[in-house]
Parts: sequence; structure tokens; C-alpha cells
Amino acid sequence: MQFVFTEEQILIRDTAREFCNEHATSARVRAALAAPGGYEPALWSELLTMGWAGIAVPEAYGGSGLGWVELCLLQAEQGRRLVPSPFFATAALAAPLWLQVATAAQQAEWLPALVSGAHQFACAVTGAGGQPGATGLTATLTPHRAGGYRLTGAANYVIHGQTADSLLVAARAPGSTGDAGLSLVRVPADARGVTRTAQVMLDLTRPMSRVEFHAVDLPAEQVLGTAEAAGPALATVLQLARIALAAECVGGAEYVLEMTTDYARQRVQFGRPIGSFQAVKHRLADMMVAVEAAKSAAWYAACVAAESPAELPEAAAIAKSNCSDAFFNCAANGIQLHGGIGYTWDHDAHLYFKRARAAATLLGSPAWQREQLATLMGLGASAAPPVY
Amino acid sequence: MKLGFTPTQEAFRRDAAAWLEAQLSGAFSDLRGVTGQMALLERRIEWEQALGRERFSAIGWPEQFGGRDATLGEQVIFAEEYARAGAPGRVGHMGIELAGPTLLAFGTDAQKQRFLLPIARGEEFWCQGYSEPNAGSDLANVRTHAALVDTPTGPRWQVNGQKIWTSLATFAHWAFVVCRTEPGTQGHKGLSYLLVPTQQPGVTIRPIRQMNGEAEFNETFFADALTDADNIVGAPGGGWAVAMGTLAFERGVSTLAQQMSFRNELDRLVAAAKANGAARDPGLRLRLADAYSGLRIMRYSALRMLSQTDGGELSGAAFTYKIYWATWRKKLGELIMDVLGPEGEIARGLPYEWAELQGVFFSSRSDTIYGGTNQIQRNLIAERALGLPREPRG
Ligand SMILES: Cc1cc2nc3c(=O)[nH]c(=O)nc-3n(C[C@H](O)[C@H](O)[C@H](O)COP(=O)(O)OP(=O)(O)OC[C@H]3O[C@@H](n4cnc5c(N)ncnc54)[C@H](O)[C@@H]3O)c2cc1C
Repeated sequence: MQFVFTEEQILIRDTAREFCNEHATSARVRAALAAPGGYEPALWSELLTMGWAGIAVPEAYGGSGLGWVELCLLQAEQGRRLVPSPFFATAALAAPLWLQVATAAQQAEWLPALVSGAHQFACAVTGAGGQPGATGLTATLTPHRAGGYRLTGAANYVIHGQTADSLLVAARAPGSTGDAGLSLVRVPADARGVTRTAQVMLDLTRPMSRVEFHAVDLPAEQVLGTAEAAGPALATVLQLARIALAAECVGGAEYVLEMTTDYARQRVQFGRPIGSFQAVKHRLADMMVAVEAAKSAAWYAACVAAESPAELPEAAAIAKSNCSDAFFNCAANGIQLHGGIGYTWDHDAHLYFKRARAAATLLGSPAWQREQLATLMGLGASAAPPVY
Repeated sequence: MKLGFTPTQEAFRRDAAAWLEAQLSGAFSDLRGVTGQMALLERRIEWEQALGRERFSAIGWPEQFGGRDATLGEQVIFAEEYARAGAPGRVGHMGIELAGPTLLAFGTDAQKQRFLLPIARGEEFWCQGYSEPNAGSDLANVRTHAALVDTPTGPRWQVNGQKIWTSLATFAHWAFVVCRTEPGTQGHKGLSYLLVPTQQPGVTIRPIRQMNGEAEFNETFFADALTDADNIVGAPGGGWAVAMGTLAFERGVSTLAQQMSFRNELDRLVAAAKANGAARDPGLRLRLADAYSGLRIMRYSALRMLSQTDGGELSGAAFTYKIYWATWRKKLGELIMDVLGPEGEIARGLPYEWAELQGVFFSSRSDTIYGGTNQIQRNLIAERALGLPREPRG
């Protein structure tokens, strides 16, 4: 039992931090946000060259064969600098979907391209209404013609959906509910009947699309693994993704705390640094308390992902809710403690604030996560469970 | 990062669990589930002694001082099994968690030989003589003073002054006392850390009734109280560093055991919420889930803190640990009353007997005061961990 990073993990973190500090500068991040697709292709290909997309993919498929802790380290470092890149969609969502759901042959066919970036995937795993979990999934997959399928319906909040070459779509058998009857299918983004609409997101750092499927016909081999049996694996992948998102929140929260502490040391009012006023000091201290708790939650969950799957639902719910709360709390205080400058478009404070808010919503709100926990704790049914 | 335990550690878990179970369903069955600081005191002292005989009292200590040289993993396991078995709160905790670790870190060989075994064996109990009427958060303002005087048996420290809020002093044998030994000094300088026997004519202990009706803390008066010249930890005038060291030990492995008792409190609350229907209330169930999250996070943070064995700088997790758990438990106390509803307003009976959960509502109000108030914790975090300017001092 050793709950500290290994030397190798520290090396991964430090290398990533150095890289992000040098390349993901505020100016470059802002330029990328304004670019089509919402990220900088040159930066993304450097991440790909460093093997980031395949960090948790087995070496047989061109990956590094490392685990979720290492993936979360990269996610946290990108979270610190708001690196806009398809990393989360690729490494934290699409890769585990292939690994958990697809057959070995499908993995061998597609994972190398995912790892190299030759083929970009986006995951349509949230329903049109945005409700998290299987209940919200409404797109339907029906057998059609000889051995084929027809996909109908819509998905939303598809991260980096606009620039993907293929979509991995969660769809259900007509009439099925919950985890039952769920399939995952690979849909080429340019397939007939697919329309993608880029959403204008409040959070500028994570582009998302709404995708509609108007009777899209698919051959059977585009079903990942076995049709109508993907529910449990999909649930696991979403837990893993929540943990990666939690790590990203930790990075963001930690960075906002550092940025705001620096400012409080420098900014002088009433002849003293504002950081000497207890009202300011104590807020920063509370931010640090939240950040440290969030670190504990995220890194524990990352370990659980690697070591003890039975704890995954609990650890993911704890990490996701606490880390996004901590991030939001820090980002909100970050604006307040910067005063007027913190309310400007040109200061980065709002980018963190908006990403924190979006991270809270993505894959289930803090209230939704706590409701999952309440159920896991054996509290029985709620009189009115949270919708999102 | 690695969370799992080795087969040897799992074997230790089975042994520890079996021993605890045998005791708590046998000779000590009356103590299972007993909480509070001083309830059933005589029996709990016997329990401390039983733990001592089995070297389960302070397993992390060296074998020669009554411990088992246990690894961190084993200490984690023992804390878990201790709570799982429903073993009672440790009445010896002042010695086990504060005095003992302080002596291990700062004591002389002779002091370790003299004091550690009796602590581990539950034969001598300790109390903490820090706070005074005018020195609380501002501990360096203590007025209690001591001087070396000649006595027929050689030079000894003679102590005068008053301490207050001294927990568990009524049955303690020793106090560790922060006092001024260099007349005319101020602040941190000139303070010494003395070990003073409390069962002597020069020491008077007067219980103080607390808001929960009980009297676990006391006023302690020193009037020419004596202790041997050797009973000083650290250098004369260098007591401040030792006193601060003791506070750091409050963040030690014992925190794991403390969390386990929190877990028992939360379990009780969950059972109450299920019984009275509060568990269905959307707002309350989210707060219950949040409380559970906090409890788990405390565990993760403790593991993180304890895994950092380099012993140098305090980690961020260690700096923030106290305020986190104290605030968590205060919120738990408030949640308890919201879950219990009107029923929670009625005590069990005379004179002022409350139920376990109501007791948490009360005692949690002190968690954010003792061991450094929340405000002092924030100052510490801001100044020491974040490097913000220091407080102005008058
Ligand atoms: C249940 C219980 C058990 C205890 N057991 C022991 C024991 O065994 N041994 C022992 O020595 N002591 C013990 N104490 C005492 C405890 O350590 C002190 O109460 C504590 O340090 C606070 O000191 P004080 O009571 O003098 O409050 P004060 O220091 O007077 O504080 C009053 C208020 O002012 C705030 N304040 C003070 N200074 C500052 C500042 N610089 N910035 C912002 N706010 C500030 C405090 O946070 C607090 O809210 C115990 C206390 C309790 C409640």
C-alpha cells in the first residue's frame, strides 16, 4: 500500500507540465479556441507524436501500455493549461470503448489508427436531452436488411464531434430501457443520413456537436463487439471517463489557486498586498483545502480504475462530484479575488470558470453523482431523483 | 501508486480481527460500540492494558517500547479492523498519539526507556498542558513558568501557573506542559516542554462542565509543583519546536482510527434516516451522500499523507487535513439534527442524557476549536503552504 506517485509517474507528470507550460501558452490556447474545430492541429500532432493518445492502450496496438493513473496525469496537466485538444475524446472515451466493447479483431483494426491519430473518433454517448447515463440514450438501432442495421435518432454533447472521422454511437434496441439492449456502432462521420451541428458552447475550451442520424444504414461489422450487449461495458467506460474528467478538474483548480495566490501576493491595496488581508487569505486557504481533497478523490479513483474495478462506481461518483465542485469553487473565487480584471474577456479567469461549470454538467452533475452514491450507500429510492 | 495489501498484511488482518473479535465478544463485550471520551472509564483502562499486553496498543512503535514496528500498511489494517470490530474509543490517546510520538521524535534515550512502555501498556495516562486563560490560539503567550530549584534529591523544576481546557486530566498521571523557563522572555523564545507528574500536592485539577453536560476537560493549577530536572524534552528554552512537533503528530496514523469512528457515526445516521424516511428526501439524501464522500476523501487523504514518508516538508494533504475533518464532522452534526427532525430535540432523560447522534451534534462544535481553530488552520495554510504574508502581531 503506497498512495504516492512512482518515480516514473512523476517523470510523466513533469514532462507533460513542461511541455504544456512551453506550448500551451495563453496566447496559443486563445488562438486555438478561435480556430475551426476548436483546437490547434499542430499541437495535437505533437501530443500524438509523444504517444499521449495511446497512453493507456496496449503496446500491441501501438500504445504505451500504461494505466489510468498515467492517463489521468496527462489529463490533469492539460487541465492546468486548458489545452484544447481531442485528448479526452480520444484517449479517455474512444480508446476505452474500443478496449472494453470491441472484439480483438476490431481492436487490431482500429486502435493503431486511433493511437497514431490517423483516424479521429468522437463518442456519441449522451442522448439528445443531455441526461447522463443509459436512461438518456434514445437513438435506436434496428436490424435492417440482411445482417445490417439502421440507426435513427440523435445524440448531443458529442465532444470534438465536428472534426472526427468516425463516431462511436451508443444506441438502443427499440423498447429497451436502462443498460439492456445497448449497442455501440462505428459510424463514419460522412455516412449518408448523418448531420453534425457544431454547438456554440459557453465553455470555449471543449467544442461539442449535436448529431442526428436519419436512417443511417450500417453493415453488421460496424457494431463493436456483440449487438445489444454493450450496456455494462459502456457504463464502465463512462466511469473511467468521469475519473479522467475529475483529474482534469484537479489540474484546473490547482492552476487557478496558484494563479490567484500569485496575484494576491503582488496586488497592493491600502498599502499592503491583498494577500495579507485575512478575508483574502482565508478564501485562498479554503481553496487549497478543496484542491487537496479533490486530489485525494481523483488519484484514489484513478488507482481504483487500475486496480479494483468493484469500487469503480463509488470512486468515480466521489471523484467527479468533488473535483468539479472544487474546480468551480476555485474558479469562482479566482474571479472574485482578481477584482475587475477577473471579469474581463482578456483575463483567463473566465475560461477556467466556464470550463469548471461545463465539467460539472458533463457526464452527470454533482447532484446526479451524489444520487448514484446515495443508491450505492443503500439509501433506497429517492422521492425525486435529480434529472441531470 | 498501489492501494492493495500483500498476503502477509492480509494474514496480519486476519490475526488482528480474530483477536479483537474474541475480546469484544468475550471479556470486553461490555465495551463494544462504546464511544465518548470517558464513559466506563475503569473498564476502558483495563481494555488499554489488554491492548498493551498484546502489543496492539501502539503497533507502529519499536518493539522495545511495546510496539510491533508495524509498517504503514499494517497500521492502516489495524485501524480498520479496530473500528470494524466496534472496539471502544481509546482513553489513552493523549499518551499514544501525542506524548509517545513526541518522545520518540525528540526525547532522550533515558526518557524513551522511562515513559514509552508504561504508555503502550496502559499503565500511565497523559494530558496536554498547553492552553491557558490568556494563551489559546496565541499559545506562545503562556504565563505558566518553571525554574530549577535545589531539593534534597537534587535540582528539580518547580512549576507555577494555570492551564485550562486540559482534557482527561482527572485520571492522568503525567502532563506535558509548555511553560516559560527564562524569565523576561516573550513569544516563542524561552519556553520549555516539561513532563510533570499530575498526582502530587502541587497540582490541582478542577473539572469544567461542557455544553454537552459532561466534564472531560479541566482547569489545572500548578502551585510549586515539582518534576525531575531530566523531565524536559528538547533544550531548556527550546520547547516551542517540540510543542509544534506534538501538534503535527495529531495528523498521524491515529487519524485513520478516528475516521473509523466517524464512519460508525455516519452508519448510525444512515440507519436513522432509513428508519424515519428522511433517506427518501432528495435534499437530505444528497447531503448524506456528500457526507459519505467526505468520509472516503478523508481516508484517501490520510493514506496520501501517511504514504509520504520522506519526513521533510508537510505535504498539502497534511496541511489541510485538520480543517477538513473538523468541518466535515461539524456538518455531520448539523445533518444529524436535520435527519432526526422533531424527535432530535428530545433528550433521553435526566439529568441531561442524550443519544449518541445528539452527542455528535454537540461534540462536533469543539472539533473546529481544539488542536488549532479553523481560523488558525486557515492562517497556517495561507502562510506556510501558500506563502502569503504573515499576520500582523501586537
Ligand atoms: C473540547 C476541547 C478540548 C480541549 N482540550 C485541550 C487539552 O487537552 N489541552 C490543551 O492545552 N488545550 C485544550 N483545548 C483548548 C484549545 O486548544 C483552545 O480552546 C484553542 O486553541 C482556542 O483557544 P481559545 O479557546 O483561547 O480561543 P481564542 O484563541 O481566544 O479564540 C477565540 C476566537 O478567535 C479566533 N482567533 C484567534 N486568533 C485569531 C487569529 N489570529 N486570526 C483569526 N481568528 C483568530 C479563534 O479562531 C476563535 O474563533 C481544548 C478545547 C476544547 C474545546
